[in-house]
Amino acid sequence: MTVAGLAASFGSGAMTNSLDEIEFADVILAIGTNTTENHPIAGSKVKRAVRQLGAKLIVIDPRDIALTRYAELWLRPKPGTNVAVINGIMNGIVSEGLHNREYIEKRTEGFAALEEVLKKYTPEHVERISGVPADDIRKAARLYASGKKSSILYCMGVTQHSTGTDGVKSVANLSMLCGFVGIESGGVNPLRGQSNVQGACDMGALPATFPSYQQVANDEMRARFEKAWGVSLSGKPGLTVVEIMNAAHEGRIKGVYVMGENLMLSDPDLHHVEESLKKLELLVVQDLFLSDTAKLAHVVLPAANFAEKDGTFTNTERRVQRVRKAVEPPGEAKPDWLIVSELSARMGYGMKYGSPREIMDEIARVTPSYAGINYRRIERRGLQWPCLNAEHPGTKFLHRDRFTRGLGLFAAIEYKPSAELPDGDYPFYLTTGRVLYHYHTGTMTRLSRGPMERYPESLVEINPEDAWNLKLEDGEFVMVTSRRGSVKAKAWVTNRSPKGTVFMNFHFPEAAANLLTNPALDPIGKIPEYKVCAVKVEKAAADILERTEAPAKVQAAK
Amino acid sequence: MNKISLTINGKKIEAVPGQTVLEVARENGIDIPTLCYYPGTKLVGACRVCVVEIEGQRCLAASCAMPVSPGMVVRTDTPRVVEAQKMVVELLWASGDHNCLVCEANGNCELQDLVYRFKIEKPRFPIEPPGYPVERSNTMIQRDLNKCILCGRCIRVCNEIQVNEVLDFSERGSRMKVGPAFDADYIDSNCVFCGACVDACPTGAIVNRQSRFEGRPWELKKVRTTCGYCGVGCQMDLNLHEGRIVKVTGSRDHGTPNYGSLCVKGRFGMDFIHHPSRLKKPLIREGGELREASWDEAYSYIADRMSAIKAKHGPDSLAGLSSARCTNEENYLFQKFIRAAVGTNNVDHCARL
Ligand code: SF4
Ligand code: SF4
Ligand code: SF4
Repeated sequence: MTVAGLAASFGSGAMTNSLDEIEFADVILAIGTNTTENHPIAGSKVKRAVRQLGAKLIVIDPRDIALTRYAELWLRPKPGTNVAVINGIMNGIVSEGLHNREYIEKRTEGFAALEEVLKKYTPEHVERISGVPADDIRKAARLYASGKKSSILYCMGVTQHSTGTDGVKSVANLSMLCGFVGIESGGVNPLRGQSNVQGACDMGALPATFPSYQQVANDEMRARFEKAWGVSLSGKPGLTVVEIMNAAHEGRIKGVYVMGENLMLSDPDLHHVEESLKKLELLVVQDLFLSDTAKLAHVVLPAANFAEKDGTFTNTERRVQRVRKAVEPPGEAKPDWLIVSELSARMGYGMKYGSPREIMDEIARVTPSYAGINYRRIERRGLQWPCLNAEHPGTKFLHRDRFTRGLGLFAAIEYKPSAELPDGDYPFYLTTGRVLYHYHTGTMTRLSRGPMERYPESLVEINPEDAWNLKLEDGEFVMVTSRRGSVKAKAWVTNRSPKGTVFMNFHFPEAAANLLTNPALDPIGKIPEYKVCAVKVEKAAADILERTEAPAKVQAAK
Repeated sequence: MNKISLTINGKKIEAVPGQTVLEVARENGIDIPTLCYYPGTKLVGACRVCVVEIEGQRCLAASCAMPVSPGMVVRTDTPRVVEAQKMVVELLWASGDHNCLVCEANGNCELQDLVYRFKIEKPRFPIEPPGYPVERSNTMIQRDLNKCILCGRCIRVCNEIQVNEVLDFSERGSRMKVGPAFDADYIDSNCVFCGACVDACPTGAIVNRQSRFEGRPWELKKVRTTCGYCGVGCQMDLNLHEGRIVKVTGSRDHGTPNYGSLCVKGRFGMDFIHHPSRLKKPLIREGGELREASWDEAYSYIADRMSAIKAKHGPDSLAGLSSARCTNEENYLFQKFIRAAVGTNNVDHCARL
C-alpha cells in the first residue's frame, strides 16, 4: 500500500505535494488513476493544467478513461504490468542520460542496484510484457524527464495488485530519478479514495503503528503511549483486515468489532468473508444502515454520519479540515466517538471526553506531526501536516531539502506477473474500480436520487470486439465467472475497456464484483489484488423485468 | 512590484499594473455592479452592467475588462453611467420571464438586486420572454431559459473551471441560447452533474431541482463542512431548513482545495443522511433475529462477551476494524480502545489504497 511503499522510499507515506500544485506542473504523469471520476475536483485541476497552462499529460491506464482525451501520450498496458512499464520508462531515461545525476548523488541511495535491474527492461522487452509500443515508452521517458516540474499522480490502479507496494516504490524511483521529489508541483501523489483514509492511517488505525506511524514493536515508542494512556500495551504487531478474516475463518479470532465498514461488499472473495463472519462468537457492527455485514452481527449500533457530528478529516494532501455538525442524528443514533468512549468505560477503561475538540487536543499531544493542530487554528482553513507546533504553518510539500528518512531510497524492483492471469478456462482479465456516480460500497450513493438516476445499476464494461465475439449487444446481460464465484450484470459495450479486459465496479450488492476478485495479497501492504483476476464472460438470459434503458444514459458519463 | 496610481471617484488609489478597474475599485470599497463577471474565468465584458466613465474616452468602458493605467481618472457614479446601467438592467428584465413569485432564486438573484438598486419600477420596454419550455428532464438540475440573461457564467464555469466542456452558446441573435451541444437536455448530454453552473448562475435560470420549494434563501442556514466522500476533502455548505439538509452548495470564499467547486457526489449524494432506512436504535440478536434494545443493554452485552472472550482466549482473539469514513478523533479513539482497553494490536481499517 501507499503508506508502506512511500514510507520505505521517502520515510513518509503520504502525498508529497498539494492538490493546488498539480495545476502548475509542466508534466503530469497519471498512472492507475481515473481522476475525473474518482477525484473529480483533482481531475479538474489536471484538466486545467492541460487546457489553460499547457501542461503535458501522460496517462498510463489499460482503460480509456476520460483523462486520455487530455493526454499528450497514452500508454495502455495490460492490467498488472505497471512495474514493467515504469522500469521501461526509467530504462529509457537512463539510457538517454536524462536522469538527474546530481540529485541522485546528493539526495538518494541505492541507485546502483536499480540501474543494474533496469538494464534488462529495455523498451522492447517491456513491450513484450505490457503490450505498450517501445516507442511510446521512449516518448514517455523523454517527456517526463523534460519537465522542470513533473508530477506523478496515482491511485488504486497502482496499489491494488499483489505487487502493489512494488508499484508504489517504482513510481517513487521514477520521480527521484529525475529529481522531482522535494520541489513545488513535482512529487509522487497518491490520491486517496475515502474522505479520511489518510487520517485513519495517521491516527494509527493500522496493526503495526500508533498515531503518526510510531511502531508498536518499538519499546521506546510504546513506552510513550503506555505513559500517555496509563496502561501497558502489547508490542506484537496485529493482523490486517484480510488476515483478520482468515484468522476468523480458522477460529483464531473469536470476536470482531466493526466501526462503519461494510466488509460484505468491500472485501475480496466475499464467500470467504461471509463464512468467516458467521464463525465469530461476537460480531459488533456500528453503522448508519443495516448493511450486509450488520445483518450478520450479534449487536448492531446506530451511528451518526459526518453531517451529524463534529470532528476532522485529513484529506489526501495531508490537510486536516473541520467536519461540522449540521443536523441531529435520527432516533437514538450517536456519534462513533461517543459510542466508543461509553463502551470503553463499561470495559473498565475510562475514556472520557466532553467533545471531539478535546480528543484532538490529546491527539496533538501524542502525534508529533499533528502537534500544532487544534480547532481554533483550523476554523477557517485546514492545516497540512507535519505541523510541529502552535506556530508552525503546516507543510505544503514534503522532503524539500532532506527526505523524512534522510536520503531517498531507490528500490531495485523486478516485474512480477499478477497472481492470477487469464488462461483457457478464464480468458478475460477482470479489473475493478469505482464510477463517478457512486462511492465505495454504495451504501450512501445508492440512496441518493441523483446518482441513481444517472447510474442505476451495475454495468460490466466490455470491448465491442469481445462483445461481437460473444454475440452480445449493449444492455444485454452477461454472466461473469471467476474461480471464486459468478455475477450477473448488464453489459455496457464500450471502447473504454481494451479487448480482453472487462471492468466492473463494486458499488452494487446485486452484482458484487468482489464475489469474483482474487484475495491474493501484496506481501507488504496486504492489499488484495482487486485490479487483476481471470474470468470468463458469457451471455446470460435477461430477466425481462430487469431490463431498463440505463446504458444509453450512462454512456454520457465519459 | 511597481505600483501605479489612478483616481476613482475623486479618490487617489494605488494599483498593481495588470489589475482591472473593477478589481481595484472593489479592493477599495467602491462598489461597481456586475453580472457576467466571474473571477477565475475569462473576462468577457458582455453584460455591460459594470460600465464606468474614463476621462478622455468618449465611450463608457466595461470596468471588468479595462486594465488600469497610470494617471487614469475613473468615475463610477455619474448620471451617464447610472443611466447606461439602468438601461442594461431594464433590457434584461424585459427580455425574460422574471416572475419572482414562483422563482426559486427569489432573494438570491443578482438581477433582482440590480432592479432594486436602480429603483426600477417597471422596464420601459415591453416584456417579451422567449417562451422556452422549462427543462425538468432530470431530478437534479432544472433549467428555465426564460430567466437566462446570457451572461455566459455557466458556460465559463463548466469549461474553464470544471473543464467538463459541456455547455456553450448555440444559435445567434435573439435566439441565442446556452446549453449542452445540439440543444440537448442535461440528462442526454455528457453533463456530469457537478452543479457548478447552478452555483454560478446569477438568476433563477439554472436551479437545484431537489431543493425547489424546500426553503427560501433567507430561511436557509448554512453549515460549512468537509465532504464525506473522496479524499479531495472539498469544503462545502450544507444548507439547512427546519433541521434538514435541503441542498449542498459550494462557496468560493472557503478557498482551497476546491474553491467552491463540487462533484455530483458532494452536491447530489447526500440523500442518505435523512434516509428512512437509517438505524435508529441498537439491535441485539436473539433467537436468530435482531431485535431492538437499549444502549445500556447493548453496551452490557458487548462488554460482557468481549471480556469473556478475552479471558478465555486472550486479547489477540479479538479484533477491531475502523473506518476511513470516520473522523480522526474517532479513529484515534477506536485504536486506543482496541489497544488500551481490549489489549491487542489487531486493529485496521478498510482502506483500499
Ligand atoms: S452540471 Fe457541471 S458538467 Fe453539467 S453543465 Fe453544469 S457545470 Fe457543466
Ligand atoms: S443560464 Fe444563468 S449563468 Fe447561464 S448564461 Fe443564462 S443567466 Fe448566465
Ligand atoms: S465533492 Fe466530489 S471531489 Fe469533492 S470531496 Fe466530495 S466526492 Fe470528492
